[in-house]
Amino acid sequence: MKTILLTTAALAAMMLSSCSQHLVRVKPYQRGNLANPLMDASRDSLLLAMTQHAYFSREASFGGGGVGGGGCGCN
Amino acid sequence: MKHILLLAITCLSLSAATAAEPKVGAALPALSGLLPGASLPKTSGKVVLVDFWASWCAPCKASFSAMARLHQKYASKGLVIIGIGVDDEAADYQGFVSKNKVAFTLAHDTQHKAADFFNPPTMPSSYLVDRKGVIRHIHKGFKGAKTEAEYTAEIEALLAE
Repeated sequence: MKTILLTTAALAAMMLSSCSQHLVRVKPYQRGNLANPLMDASRDSLLLAMTQHAYFSREASFGGGGVGGGGCGCN
Repeated sequence: MKHILLLAITCLSLSAATAAEPKVGAALPALSGLLPGASLPKTSGKVVLVDFWASWCAPCKASFSAMARLHQKYASKGLVIIGIGVDDEAADYQGFVSKNKVAFTLAHDTQHKAADFFNPPTMPSSYLVDRKGVIRHIHKGFKGAKTEAEYTAEIEALLAE
């Protein structure tokens, strides 16, 4: 019983170690879809500006989009 | 138990396939077997530059003009350049080829057979092979004039051997 368990564990370890390389990692030559400009979250500059403006306004008390300020509402 | 053994053998064979990717000092495999249907030039006794590129890869586009210059300068002295496109879509490959006209050989790796075998570490990646068919240099990426100067020095040294 112990041998079977050990063998199963060893085989499982072997399978997981080799399969992860092939099934999970996208190889450099397979990145055509990822390199597509449509995949860029900030491809629309107007939408980006509006989103940033909304974020800055909403989070102004915490300094907005990275601007220094202490929540006085004067930045 | 049978299934577990079968899976283990499959995974081990996959690991072995990865381990077989060409390194410096290894022999260049027959490209005709990896690129079925492609019309490839004779490479025996020549210095060969095998370059992996894709239409979506900006440095690949930049490397084309450099390789065109290398081809123009050294083709008559025994340099053969083979650019292997790894685009999934034939239309993307054709579009890139028609926009970037070059005199050296281009082939489309439609089934990723060559890419799977070479397992290029970045895009672009290139393999410089000496007259005896041994891989002597592997270039990862293209860094403009710096890489072009490296290509020139290495190609001149290999042609002189």
